Amino acid sequence: MKTELTSPAFIAALVIGGAIVFAAPLFLETYDLFNFTVFAIMAMLAISLNFVWGIGGILSLGQALFFGLGGYAYAITAINLGSGWGLLAAIAVPCLFALIVGYVAFYGRISDVYFGVVSLTISLILYNFVNSTSDAFYTIGAARLGGYNGIPSVPPIQAPWAAQPLGFEAMYMLCALTALVFYLGVRLFVRAPFGRVIVAVRENDLRAELLGYDPRYHRLVVFAIGAAMSGLAGAFFAAWGAFIGPETFSVSFAAQAIIWVLFGGLGTLIGPVVGALSVSWFTTWLGEVRLLDPNIALGLLFIISVLLVPNGMVPALRRVLERLRIVKQRADT
Amino acid sequence: MIVETSDLWRTFGGVAAVAGVNFRLEPGELRCLIGSNGAGKSTFFKLLTGQLRPSKGHISILGRQTTTSQPFEISRLGVGIKTQVPNLFEGLSVRENLHLAARRTHAGKAARLAAEAMLEDIELADRAGVPVRELSHGQRQWVELGMVLVSEPKLVLLDEPAAGMTQAEVERTAMLLQRMRKDRAFIIVEHDMHFVRNIAERVTVFHRGRILVEDTMEAVTSNAEVRNAYLGQKFGKDHD
Repeated sequence: MKTELTSPAFIAALVIGGAIVFAAPLFLETYDLFNFTVFAIMAMLAISLNFVWGIGGILSLGQALFFGLGGYAYAITAINLGSGWGLLAAIAVPCLFALIVGYVAFYGRISDVYFGVVSLTISLILYNFVNSTSDAFYTIGAARLGGYNGIPSVPPIQAPWAAQPLGFEAMYMLCALTALVFYLGVRLFVRAPFGRVIVAVRENDLRAELLGYDPRYHRLVVFAIGAAMSGLAGAFFAAWGAFIGPETFSVSFAAQAIIWVLFGGLGTLIGPVVGALSVSWFTTWLGEVRLLDPNIALGLLFIISVLLVPNGMVPALRRVLERLRIVKQRADT
Repeated sequence: MIVETSDLWRTFGGVAAVAGVNFRLEPGELRCLIGSNGAGKSTFFKLLTGQLRPSKGHISILGRQTTTSQPFEISRLGVGIKTQVPNLFEGLSVRENLHLAARRTHAGKAARLAAEAMLEDIELADRAGVPVRELSHGQRQWVELGMVLVSEPKLVLLDEPAAGMTQAEVERTAMLLQRMRKDRAFIIVEHDMHFVRNIAERVTVFHRGRILVEDTMEAVTSNAEVRNAYLGQKFGKDHD
Protein backbone atom coordinates (compact mmCIF):
# COMPACT_ATOMS: atom_id res chain seq x y z
CA MET A 1 0.00 0.00 0.00
CA LYS A 2 2.65 2.48 1.04
CA THR A 3 4.95 1.60 -1.82
CA GLU A 4 2.31 2.27 -4.47
CA LEU A 5 1.08 5.55 -3.00
CA THR A 6 4.62 6.87 -2.64
CA SER A 7 5.91 5.51 -5.95
CA PRO A 8 7.60 8.15 -8.15
CA ALA A 9 5.27 7.37 -11.09
CA PHE A 10 2.13 7.93 -8.99
CA ILE A 11 3.44 11.12 -7.40
CA ALA A 12 4.59 12.46 -10.80
CA ALA A 13 1.16 11.71 -12.34
CA LEU A 14 -0.54 13.39 -9.40
CA VAL A 15 1.66 16.51 -9.54
CA ILE A 16 1.34 16.90 -13.33
CA GLY A 17 -2.41 16.19 -13.30
CA GLY A 18 -2.93 18.50 -10.33
CA ALA A 19 -0.88 21.29 -11.96
CA ILE A 20 -2.93 21.10 -15.19
CA VAL A 21 -6.20 21.12 -13.25
CA PHE A 22 -5.25 24.06 -11.05
CA ALA A 23 -3.56 26.05 -13.79
CA ALA A 24 -6.68 25.74 -15.97
CA PRO A 25 -8.18 29.10 -14.85
CA LEU A 26 -5.07 30.82 -16.25
CA PHE A 27 -5.66 29.74 -19.84
CA LEU A 28 -9.37 28.89 -20.02
CA GLU A 29 -12.20 31.22 -21.03
CA THR A 30 -14.95 31.77 -18.45
CA TYR A 31 -17.37 29.65 -20.51
CA ASP A 32 -14.90 26.73 -20.61
CA LEU A 33 -14.20 27.10 -16.90
CA PHE A 34 -17.93 26.98 -16.28
CA ASN A 35 -18.11 23.69 -18.25
CA PHE A 36 -15.04 22.23 -16.56
CA THR A 37 -16.65 22.90 -13.19
CA VAL A 38 -19.61 20.73 -14.08
CA PHE A 39 -17.25 18.08 -15.52
CA ALA A 40 -15.52 17.94 -12.13
CA ILE A 41 -18.91 17.60 -10.42
CA MET A 42 -19.84 14.74 -12.77
CA ALA A 43 -16.46 13.13 -12.02
CA MET A 44 -17.39 13.25 -8.31
CA LEU A 45 -20.66 11.45 -9.08
CA ALA A 46 -18.80 8.88 -11.22
CA ILE A 47 -16.27 8.24 -8.44
CA SER A 48 -19.07 7.72 -5.91
CA LEU A 49 -20.92 5.29 -8.22
CA ASN A 50 -17.69 3.41 -8.86
CA PHE A 51 -17.02 3.32 -5.11
CA VAL A 52 -20.39 1.69 -4.44
CA TRP A 53 -20.57 -0.53 -7.54
CA GLY A 54 -17.00 -1.17 -8.69
CA ILE A 55 -15.33 -1.35 -5.25
CA GLY A 56 -18.24 -2.38 -3.02
CA GLY A 57 -19.95 -4.64 -5.56
CA ILE A 58 -23.37 -3.08 -4.89
CA LEU A 59 -25.34 -2.72 -8.12
CA SER A 60 -26.70 0.75 -7.40
CA LEU A 61 -28.29 1.58 -10.75
CA GLY A 62 -30.10 4.54 -9.23
CA GLN A 63 -27.03 6.04 -7.53
CA ALA A 64 -27.82 9.41 -9.18
CA LEU A 65 -30.86 9.72 -6.90
CA PHE A 66 -28.49 10.65 -4.06
CA PHE A 67 -27.07 13.38 -6.31
CA GLY A 68 -30.61 14.71 -6.69
CA LEU A 69 -31.34 14.36 -2.98
CA GLY A 70 -28.11 16.22 -2.17
CA GLY A 71 -29.01 18.96 -4.63
CA TYR A 72 -32.50 19.41 -3.19
CA ALA A 73 -31.27 19.18 0.42
CA TYR A 74 -28.68 21.87 -0.34
CA ALA A 75 -31.15 24.13 -2.15
CA ILE A 76 -33.85 23.94 0.55
CA THR A 77 -31.42 24.34 3.46
CA ALA A 78 -29.28 27.01 1.80
CA ILE A 79 -32.35 29.11 0.97
CA ASN A 80 -33.51 28.88 4.59
CA LEU A 81 -30.29 28.75 6.61
CA GLY A 82 -27.36 29.58 4.34
CA SER A 83 -24.94 27.57 2.19
CA GLY A 84 -22.86 26.14 5.08
CA TRP A 85 -25.85 24.33 6.54
CA GLY A 86 -26.87 23.48 2.99
CA LEU A 87 -23.65 21.57 2.40
CA LEU A 88 -24.07 19.68 5.68
CA ALA A 89 -27.64 18.76 4.74
CA ALA A 90 -26.48 17.67 1.27
CA ILE A 91 -24.18 15.12 2.92
CA ALA A 92 -26.46 14.09 5.82
CA VAL A 93 -29.79 13.65 4.00
CA PRO A 94 -28.58 11.24 1.24
CA CYS A 95 -26.44 9.41 3.81
CA LEU A 96 -29.42 8.93 6.14
CA PHE A 97 -31.67 7.91 3.25
CA ALA A 98 -29.06 5.36 2.11
CA LEU A 99 -28.80 3.98 5.65
CA ILE A 100 -32.57 3.38 5.73
CA VAL A 101 -32.78 1.87 2.20
CA GLY A 102 -29.56 -0.08 2.67
CA TYR A 103 -30.61 -1.45 6.06
CA VAL A 104 -33.88 -2.79 4.65
CA ALA A 105 -32.17 -4.18 1.53
CA PHE A 106 -28.96 -5.65 2.93
CA TYR A 107 -30.32 -6.92 6.24
CA GLY A 108 -33.33 -8.25 4.30
CA ARG A 109 -30.80 -10.11 2.09
CA ILE A 110 -32.15 -8.65 -1.18
CA SER A 111 -29.98 -10.05 -3.98
CA ASP A 112 -27.73 -7.91 -6.20
CA VAL A 113 -29.92 -7.66 -9.29
CA TYR A 114 -33.06 -6.93 -7.27
CA PHE A 115 -31.19 -4.20 -5.42
CA GLY A 116 -30.32 -2.60 -8.77
CA VAL A 117 -33.99 -2.61 -9.71
CA VAL A 118 -35.03 -1.32 -6.27
CA SER A 119 -32.58 1.59 -6.44
CA LEU A 120 -33.80 2.56 -9.91
CA THR A 121 -37.42 2.27 -8.78
CA ILE A 122 -36.81 4.58 -5.80
CA SER A 123 -35.23 7.04 -8.22
CA LEU A 124 -38.37 6.94 -10.39
CA ILE A 125 -40.69 7.34 -7.39
CA LEU A 126 -38.75 10.44 -6.32
CA TYR A 127 -38.81 11.72 -9.90
CA ASN A 128 -42.60 11.42 -10.05
CA PHE A 129 -43.05 12.83 -6.56
CA VAL A 130 -40.85 15.88 -7.11
CA ASN A 131 -42.52 16.49 -10.47
CA SER A 132 -45.87 16.70 -8.70
CA THR A 133 -44.83 19.32 -6.14
CA SER A 134 -45.64 22.45 -8.15
CA ASP A 135 -48.43 23.41 -5.73
CA ALA A 136 -47.57 26.12 -3.17
CA PHE A 137 -48.36 23.53 -0.49
CA TYR A 138 -44.94 22.02 -1.15
CA THR A 139 -42.99 24.86 0.42
CA ILE A 140 -40.38 24.37 3.12
CA GLY A 141 -39.69 27.67 4.89
CA ALA A 142 -38.78 30.05 2.11
CA ALA A 143 -38.02 27.26 -0.40
CA ARG A 144 -40.72 26.23 -2.83
CA LEU A 145 -40.09 22.80 -4.43
CA GLY A 146 -41.61 23.98 -7.70
CA GLY A 147 -42.49 20.60 -9.25
CA TYR A 148 -41.14 20.08 -12.76
CA ASN A 149 -39.83 23.66 -12.77
CA GLY A 150 -37.37 22.81 -9.99
CA ILE A 151 -35.92 25.27 -7.50
CA PRO A 152 -34.41 28.40 -9.07
CA SER A 153 -32.17 30.99 -7.40
CA VAL A 154 -30.30 28.42 -5.31
CA PRO A 155 -27.73 30.40 -3.27
CA PRO A 156 -24.07 29.96 -4.23
CA ILE A 157 -21.55 28.59 -1.75
CA GLN A 158 -20.13 31.16 0.60
CA ALA A 159 -17.40 30.57 3.13
CA PRO A 160 -18.45 31.74 6.65
CA TRP A 161 -15.46 34.11 6.82
CA ALA A 162 -15.94 35.58 3.31
CA ALA A 163 -17.90 38.68 2.40
CA GLN A 164 -18.76 37.37 -1.08
CA PRO A 165 -19.89 33.96 -2.36
CA LEU A 166 -17.46 31.89 -4.43
CA GLY A 167 -16.86 33.21 -7.94
CA PHE A 168 -16.43 31.10 -11.10
CA GLU A 169 -12.75 30.41 -10.49
CA ALA A 170 -13.11 29.59 -6.81
CA MET A 171 -16.08 27.33 -7.53
CA TYR A 172 -14.06 25.52 -10.19
CA MET A 173 -11.16 25.09 -7.74
CA LEU A 174 -13.48 23.79 -5.02
CA CYS A 175 -15.05 21.21 -7.36
CA ALA A 176 -11.73 20.11 -8.90
CA LEU A 177 -10.11 19.83 -5.48
CA THR A 178 -13.05 17.85 -4.06
CA ALA A 179 -12.96 15.48 -7.06
CA LEU A 180 -9.23 14.98 -6.41
CA VAL A 181 -9.89 14.34 -2.70
CA PHE A 182 -12.61 11.80 -3.64
CA TYR A 183 -10.19 10.01 -5.97
CA LEU A 184 -7.36 9.89 -3.42
CA GLY A 185 -9.78 8.98 -0.63
CA VAL A 186 -11.13 5.97 -2.56
CA ARG A 187 -7.57 4.98 -3.47
CA LEU A 188 -6.55 5.03 0.19
CA PHE A 189 -9.78 3.35 1.27
CA VAL A 190 -9.35 0.24 -0.89
CA ARG A 191 -5.87 -0.30 0.54
CA ALA A 192 -6.88 0.23 4.18
CA PRO A 193 -7.86 -2.81 6.30
CA PHE A 194 -11.58 -1.96 6.17
CA GLY A 195 -11.35 -1.50 2.41
CA ARG A 196 -9.72 -4.92 1.98
CA VAL A 197 -12.70 -6.47 3.77
CA ILE A 198 -15.06 -4.54 1.45
CA VAL A 199 -13.20 -6.02 -1.54
CA ALA A 200 -13.38 -9.47 0.10
CA VAL A 201 -17.16 -9.12 0.57
CA ARG A 202 -17.46 -8.11 -3.10
CA GLU A 203 -15.37 -11.10 -4.19
CA ASN A 204 -17.21 -13.71 -2.09
CA ASP A 205 -19.67 -12.64 0.57
CA LEU A 206 -20.27 -16.18 1.87
CA ARG A 207 -16.54 -16.74 2.48
CA ALA A 208 -16.28 -13.32 4.15
CA GLU A 209 -19.22 -14.21 6.39
CA LEU A 210 -17.79 -17.63 7.26
CA LEU A 211 -14.61 -15.84 8.36
CA GLY A 212 -16.66 -13.75 10.78
CA TYR A 213 -17.18 -10.55 8.77
CA ASP A 214 -20.75 -9.25 8.53
CA PRO A 215 -21.32 -8.48 4.83
CA ARG A 216 -24.56 -6.61 5.56
CA TYR A 217 -22.78 -4.09 7.79
CA HIS A 218 -19.88 -3.62 5.37
CA ARG A 219 -22.23 -3.08 2.42
CA LEU A 220 -24.30 -0.60 4.43
CA VAL A 221 -21.23 1.48 5.31
CA VAL A 222 -20.05 1.61 1.67
CA PHE A 223 -23.53 2.48 0.44
CA ALA A 224 -23.92 5.30 2.99
CA ILE A 225 -20.48 6.78 2.23
CA GLY A 226 -21.19 6.59 -1.52
CA ALA A 227 -24.54 8.35 -1.01
CA ALA A 228 -22.86 11.13 0.99
CA MET A 229 -20.30 11.59 -1.81
CA SER A 230 -23.03 11.75 -4.47
CA GLY A 231 -25.00 14.16 -2.27
CA LEU A 232 -22.09 16.59 -2.01
CA ALA A 233 -21.69 16.45 -5.80
CA GLY A 234 -25.42 17.26 -6.10
CA ALA A 235 -25.00 20.25 -3.78
CA PHE A 236 -22.12 21.60 -5.89
CA PHE A 237 -24.26 21.10 -8.99
CA ALA A 238 -27.17 23.05 -7.47
CA ALA A 239 -24.82 25.83 -6.31
CA TRP A 240 -23.00 25.91 -9.67
CA GLY A 241 -26.10 26.43 -11.80
CA ALA A 242 -28.17 28.15 -9.06
CA PHE A 243 -30.81 25.56 -9.90
CA ILE A 244 -31.89 22.00 -9.11
CA GLY A 245 -34.65 20.15 -10.95
CA PRO A 246 -36.37 16.75 -10.88
CA GLU A 247 -34.43 15.52 -13.94
CA THR A 248 -31.61 14.62 -11.51
CA PHE A 249 -33.89 11.74 -10.43
CA SER A 250 -34.63 10.65 -14.01
CA VAL A 251 -33.61 7.34 -15.56
CA SER A 252 -31.68 9.13 -18.30
CA PHE A 253 -29.48 10.92 -15.76
CA ALA A 254 -28.97 7.67 -13.77
CA ALA A 255 -28.03 5.96 -17.06
CA GLN A 256 -25.50 8.68 -17.90
CA ALA A 257 -23.60 8.05 -14.66
CA ILE A 258 -23.61 4.30 -15.41
CA ILE A 259 -22.27 4.94 -18.94
CA TRP A 260 -19.42 7.13 -17.61
CA VAL A 261 -18.32 4.41 -15.22
CA LEU A 262 -18.64 1.54 -17.70
CA PHE A 263 -16.98 3.53 -20.49
CA GLY A 264 -14.01 4.48 -18.27
CA GLY A 265 -13.65 1.12 -16.54
CA LEU A 266 -15.77 -0.19 -13.65
CA GLY A 267 -13.70 -1.05 -10.57
CA THR A 268 -10.64 0.89 -11.74
CA LEU A 269 -9.86 4.04 -9.77
CA ILE A 270 -9.17 6.53 -12.56
CA GLY A 271 -11.51 4.97 -15.16
CA PRO A 272 -14.75 6.56 -13.93
CA VAL A 273 -13.05 10.00 -13.84
CA VAL A 274 -11.83 9.52 -17.41
CA GLY A 275 -15.32 8.32 -18.40
CA ALA A 276 -17.13 11.24 -16.77
CA LEU A 277 -14.78 13.88 -18.18
CA SER A 278 -14.56 12.50 -21.72
CA VAL A 279 -18.24 11.61 -22.13
CA SER A 280 -19.43 14.88 -20.55
CA TRP A 281 -17.11 16.84 -22.81
CA PHE A 282 -18.26 14.82 -25.83
CA THR A 283 -21.99 15.38 -25.17
CA THR A 284 -21.41 19.09 -24.48
CA TRP A 285 -19.51 19.40 -27.76
CA LEU A 286 -22.29 17.53 -29.62
CA GLY A 287 -24.81 19.96 -28.15
CA GLU A 288 -22.74 22.89 -29.42
CA VAL A 289 -22.22 21.64 -32.98
CA ARG A 290 -25.71 20.09 -33.18
CA LEU A 291 -24.40 17.11 -35.10
CA LEU A 292 -26.43 14.43 -33.34
CA ASP A 293 -28.86 14.24 -30.45
CA PRO A 294 -26.66 13.75 -27.32
CA ASN A 295 -28.94 11.00 -25.95
CA ILE A 296 -28.69 8.98 -29.18
CA ALA A 297 -24.93 9.54 -29.19
CA LEU A 298 -24.72 8.33 -25.56
CA GLY A 299 -26.68 5.19 -26.44
CA LEU A 300 -24.43 4.49 -29.43
CA LEU A 301 -21.32 5.13 -27.35
CA PHE A 302 -22.59 2.73 -24.69
CA ILE A 303 -23.30 -0.06 -27.21
CA ILE A 304 -19.98 0.41 -29.02
CA SER A 305 -17.92 0.54 -25.83
CA VAL A 306 -19.64 -2.56 -24.35
CA LEU A 307 -19.02 -4.48 -27.59
CA LEU A 308 -15.45 -3.31 -28.28
CA VAL A 309 -14.02 -2.50 -24.83
CA PRO A 310 -16.23 -4.37 -22.34
CA ASN A 311 -13.86 -3.67 -19.44
CA GLY A 312 -13.69 0.05 -20.23
CA MET A 313 -11.19 2.42 -21.80
CA VAL A 314 -8.64 2.55 -18.98
CA PRO A 315 -8.09 -1.25 -18.77
CA ALA A 316 -7.99 -1.37 -22.61
CA LEU A 317 -5.34 1.38 -22.73
CA ARG A 318 -3.35 -0.40 -20.05
CA ARG A 319 -3.38 -3.59 -22.13
CA VAL A 320 -2.21 -1.70 -25.21
CA LEU A 321 0.63 -0.06 -23.23
CA GLU A 322 1.61 -3.44 -21.77
CA ARG A 323 1.77 -4.99 -25.26
CA LEU A 324 3.85 -2.09 -26.54
CA ARG A 325 6.22 -2.55 -23.59
CA ILE A 326 6.60 -6.27 -24.38
CA VAL A 327 7.21 -5.53 -28.08
CA LYS A 328 9.84 -2.94 -27.14
CA GLN A 329 11.52 -5.37 -24.72
CA ARG A 330 11.70 -8.04 -27.44
CA ALA A 331 13.10 -5.53 -29.91
CA ASP A 332 15.75 -4.45 -27.39
CA THR A 333 16.87 -8.02 -26.76
CA MET B 1 -19.83 -30.13 25.30
CA ILE B 2 -18.48 -28.48 22.13
CA VAL B 3 -21.52 -29.14 19.94
CA GLU B 4 -24.94 -30.32 20.99
CA THR B 5 -28.11 -30.59 18.93
CA SER B 6 -31.44 -31.70 20.30
CA ASP B 7 -34.34 -32.98 18.21
CA LEU B 8 -33.05 -31.04 15.18
CA TRP B 9 -35.30 -30.97 12.11
CA ARG B 10 -35.08 -29.33 8.73
CA THR B 11 -37.79 -29.90 6.16
CA PHE B 12 -37.99 -28.78 2.52
CA GLY B 13 -41.57 -28.70 1.25
CA GLY B 14 -42.66 -31.49 3.58
CA VAL B 15 -39.57 -33.65 3.00
CA ALA B 16 -37.40 -33.98 6.12
CA ALA B 17 -33.71 -33.69 5.16
CA VAL B 18 -32.74 -33.72 8.84
CA ALA B 19 -35.25 -35.55 11.05
CA GLY B 20 -34.79 -35.28 14.80
CA VAL B 21 -31.00 -35.44 15.11
CA ASN B 22 -29.49 -35.55 18.61
CA PHE B 23 -25.76 -35.05 18.21
CA ARG B 24 -22.93 -34.42 20.69
CA LEU B 25 -19.27 -33.63 20.19
CA GLU B 26 -16.83 -33.79 23.10
CA PRO B 27 -13.86 -31.38 23.47
CA GLY B 28 -10.87 -32.37 21.33
CA GLU B 29 -12.84 -34.99 19.41
CA LEU B 30 -12.52 -35.50 15.64
CA ARG B 31 -15.75 -36.83 14.19
CA CYS B 32 -16.44 -37.80 10.61
CA LEU B 33 -19.99 -37.70 9.25
CA ILE B 34 -20.66 -40.20 6.49
CA GLY B 35 -23.72 -41.34 4.59
CA SER B 36 -25.04 -41.75 1.08
CA ASN B 37 -26.16 -38.81 -1.06
CA GLY B 38 -29.33 -37.32 0.41
CA ALA B 39 -28.67 -38.83 3.85
CA GLY B 40 -28.86 -35.33 5.39
CA LYS B 41 -25.25 -34.77 6.42
CA SER B 42 -24.70 -31.67 4.28
CA THR B 43 -28.00 -30.16 5.44
CA PHE B 44 -26.95 -30.93 9.02
CA PHE B 45 -23.62 -29.17 8.30
CA LYS B 46 -25.44 -26.11 6.95
CA LEU B 47 -27.62 -26.02 10.06
CA LEU B 48 -24.53 -26.07 12.28
CA THR B 49 -22.86 -23.27 10.30
CA GLY B 50 -25.95 -21.03 10.21
CA GLN B 51 -26.38 -21.26 6.44
CA LEU B 52 -29.81 -22.83 7.05
CA ARG B 53 -32.30 -22.29 9.88
CA PRO B 54 -33.74 -25.38 11.58
CA SER B 55 -37.46 -26.06 11.21
CA LYS B 56 -37.44 -27.35 14.79
CA GLY B 57 -34.97 -28.14 17.57
CA HIS B 58 -31.94 -26.50 19.13
CA ILE B 59 -28.23 -26.14 18.41
CA SER B 60 -25.59 -25.21 20.97
CA ILE B 61 -21.97 -24.56 19.97
CA LEU B 62 -19.18 -23.85 22.47
CA GLY B 63 -21.78 -23.31 25.19
CA ARG B 64 -23.87 -20.76 23.22
CA GLN B 65 -27.30 -21.20 21.68
CA THR B 66 -26.76 -20.77 17.92
CA THR B 67 -30.09 -22.06 16.60
CA THR B 68 -30.93 -18.76 14.91
CA SER B 69 -27.42 -17.30 14.62
CA GLN B 70 -25.96 -15.91 11.38
CA PRO B 71 -22.84 -17.62 9.94
CA PHE B 72 -20.58 -14.69 10.94
CA GLU B 73 -21.83 -14.88 14.54
CA ILE B 74 -21.05 -18.60 14.68
CA SER B 75 -17.63 -17.98 13.15
CA ARG B 76 -16.88 -15.33 15.79
CA LEU B 77 -17.40 -17.90 18.56
CA GLY B 78 -14.17 -19.50 17.37
CA VAL B 79 -15.54 -21.82 14.69
CA GLY B 80 -13.60 -22.39 11.45
CA ILE B 81 -15.83 -23.35 8.53
CA LYS B 82 -14.98 -24.79 5.12
CA THR B 83 -17.80 -25.38 2.66
CA GLN B 84 -18.04 -28.20 0.12
CA VAL B 85 -17.35 -25.99 -2.92
CA PRO B 86 -14.08 -24.04 -2.52
CA ASN B 87 -15.07 -20.59 -1.29
CA LEU B 88 -12.20 -18.18 -1.82
CA PHE B 89 -11.58 -14.56 -2.77
CA GLU B 90 -10.73 -15.53 -6.33
CA GLY B 91 -9.18 -12.25 -7.47
CA LEU B 92 -6.97 -11.87 -4.39
CA SER B 93 -3.60 -13.53 -3.85
CA VAL B 94 -3.01 -16.57 -1.64
CA ARG B 95 -1.32 -14.31 0.92
CA GLU B 96 -4.22 -11.82 0.94
CA ASN B 97 -6.75 -14.64 1.38
CA LEU B 98 -4.87 -15.94 4.41
CA HIS B 99 -4.28 -12.44 5.77
CA LEU B 100 -7.99 -11.57 5.62
CA ALA B 101 -8.74 -14.75 7.56
CA ALA B 102 -5.97 -14.09 10.11
CA ARG B 103 -7.12 -10.53 10.74
CA ARG B 104 -10.32 -11.72 12.39
CA THR B 105 -8.37 -12.99 15.37
CA HIS B 106 -4.91 -11.41 15.12
CA ALA B 107 -4.10 -7.70 15.19
CA GLY B 108 -1.73 -5.88 12.80
CA LYS B 109 1.67 -7.51 12.50
CA ALA B 110 0.54 -10.70 14.26
CA ALA B 111 -1.98 -11.29 11.46
CA ARG B 112 0.72 -10.93 8.81
CA LEU B 113 3.02 -13.31 10.71
CA ALA B 114 0.22 -15.85 11.16
CA ALA B 115 -0.57 -15.69 7.43
CA GLU B 116 3.12 -16.18 6.53
CA ALA B 117 3.40 -19.16 8.91
CA MET B 118 0.29 -20.72 7.38
CA LEU B 119 1.76 -20.24 3.88
CA GLU B 120 4.60 -22.51 5.02
CA ASP B 121 2.24 -25.00 6.68
CA ILE B 122 0.16 -25.48 3.53
CA GLU B 123 3.38 -25.50 1.48
CA LEU B 124 2.31 -22.70 -0.84
CA ALA B 125 4.88 -20.05 0.17
CA ASP B 126 6.27 -20.04 -3.38
CA ARG B 127 2.81 -19.16 -4.74
CA ALA B 128 1.98 -16.50 -2.13
CA GLY B 129 1.50 -13.67 -4.63
CA VAL B 130 -0.55 -15.65 -7.15
CA PRO B 131 -4.33 -14.98 -7.42
CA VAL B 132 -6.07 -18.08 -6.06
CA ARG B 133 -8.08 -18.48 -9.27
CA GLU B 134 -4.83 -19.57 -10.94
CA LEU B 135 -4.22 -22.45 -8.52
CA SER B 136 -5.08 -26.13 -9.03
CA HIS B 137 -8.16 -27.56 -7.33
CA GLY B 138 -6.09 -29.26 -4.62
CA GLN B 139 -4.10 -26.11 -3.90
CA ARG B 140 -7.32 -24.09 -3.65
CA GLN B 141 -8.66 -26.59 -1.09
CA TRP B 142 -5.47 -26.19 0.96
CA VAL B 143 -5.69 -22.39 0.82
CA GLU B 144 -9.21 -22.61 2.20
CA LEU B 145 -8.09 -25.08 4.85
CA GLY B 146 -5.32 -22.62 5.75
CA MET B 147 -7.89 -19.79 5.99
CA VAL B 148 -9.99 -21.90 8.34
CA LEU B 149 -7.07 -22.84 10.58
CA VAL B 150 -5.10 -19.55 10.61
CA SER B 151 -7.64 -17.95 12.96
CA GLU B 152 -6.85 -20.65 15.59
CA PRO B 153 -10.47 -21.90 15.88
CA LYS B 154 -11.62 -24.02 18.82
CA LEU B 155 -13.96 -25.99 16.57
CA VAL B 156 -13.42 -26.80 12.88
CA LEU B 157 -16.28 -27.73 10.55
CA LEU B 158 -15.19 -29.14 7.17
CA ASP B 159 -17.55 -30.20 4.40
CA GLU B 160 -15.79 -32.67 2.08
CA PRO B 161 -12.23 -31.29 2.34
CA ALA B 162 -10.94 -34.04 0.03
CA ALA B 163 -13.59 -33.63 -2.69
CA GLY B 164 -12.22 -33.72 -6.24
CA MET B 165 -8.64 -34.44 -5.12
CA THR B 166 -6.22 -37.02 -6.50
CA GLN B 167 -5.19 -39.85 -4.17
CA ALA B 168 -1.85 -38.15 -3.49
CA GLU B 169 -3.63 -34.89 -2.66
CA VAL B 170 -6.06 -36.72 -0.37
CA GLU B 171 -3.15 -38.22 1.58
CA ARG B 172 -1.43 -34.86 1.82
CA THR B 173 -4.66 -33.25 3.09
CA ALA B 174 -5.01 -35.98 5.75
CA MET B 175 -1.40 -35.35 6.83
CA LEU B 176 -2.00 -31.61 6.91
CA LEU B 177 -5.05 -32.05 9.13
CA GLN B 178 -3.24 -34.43 11.50
CA ARG B 179 -0.38 -31.94 11.78
CA MET B 180 -2.72 -29.05 12.62
CA ARG B 181 -4.96 -31.11 14.84
CA LYS B 182 -3.63 -29.82 18.19
CA ASP B 183 -6.43 -30.06 20.78
CA ARG B 184 -9.15 -28.76 18.49
CA ALA B 185 -12.52 -30.40 17.93
CA PHE B 186 -13.38 -31.31 14.32
CA ILE B 187 -16.53 -32.28 12.46
CA ILE B 188 -15.74 -33.49 8.95
CA VAL B 189 -18.36 -34.44 6.38
CA GLU B 190 -16.67 -36.77 3.89
CA HIS B 191 -17.46 -39.28 1.13
CA ASP B 192 -13.93 -40.53 0.58
CA MET B 193 -13.65 -43.62 2.82
CA HIS B 194 -9.89 -43.81 2.35
CA PHE B 195 -9.60 -40.31 3.79
CA VAL B 196 -12.02 -41.11 6.62
CA ARG B 197 -10.04 -44.23 7.57
CA ASN B 198 -6.88 -42.09 7.65
CA ILE B 199 -8.16 -39.52 10.12
CA ALA B 200 -11.34 -40.61 11.90
CA GLU B 201 -11.58 -41.62 15.53
CA ARG B 202 -15.34 -41.84 15.74
CA VAL B 203 -17.79 -41.87 12.86
CA THR B 204 -21.44 -40.81 12.69
CA VAL B 205 -23.43 -42.49 9.92
CA PHE B 206 -26.40 -40.54 8.58
CA HIS B 207 -29.28 -42.29 6.85
CA ARG B 208 -32.53 -40.70 5.72
CA GLY B 209 -32.01 -37.60 7.85
CA ARG B 210 -31.30 -39.53 11.04
CA ILE B 211 -28.24 -40.84 12.84
CA LEU B 212 -28.04 -44.55 12.06
CA VAL B 213 -24.92 -45.44 14.05
CA GLU B 214 -22.21 -43.64 16.02
CA ASP B 215 -19.06 -45.62 16.76
CA THR B 216 -15.41 -46.21 15.94
CA MET B 217 -14.43 -46.72 12.30
CA GLU B 218 -13.83 -50.45 12.86
CA ALA B 219 -17.19 -50.96 14.51
CA VAL B 220 -19.00 -48.98 11.84
CA THR B 221 -17.43 -50.86 8.93
CA SER B 222 -18.40 -54.18 10.46
CA ASN B 223 -21.97 -53.08 11.26
CA ALA B 224 -24.45 -54.99 9.05
CA GLU B 225 -27.04 -52.22 9.13
CA VAL B 226 -24.46 -49.65 7.94
CA ARG B 227 -23.20 -52.02 5.23
CA ASN B 228 -26.75 -52.43 3.95
CA ALA B 229 -27.54 -48.71 4.07
CA TYR B 230 -24.31 -47.22 2.77
CA LEU B 231 -20.99 -48.99 2.98
CA GLY B 232 -22.04 -52.00 0.90
CA GLN B 233 -21.89 -50.08 -2.35
CA LYS B 234 -19.10 -47.86 -1.10
CA PHE B 235 -16.80 -50.70 -0.13
CA GLY B 236 -17.39 -52.35 -3.50
CA LYS B 237 -15.45 -49.41 -4.94
CA ASP B 238 -13.09 -48.29 -2.21
CA HIS B 239 -12.15 -51.29 -0.11
CA ASP B 240 -8.46 -52.02 -0.36
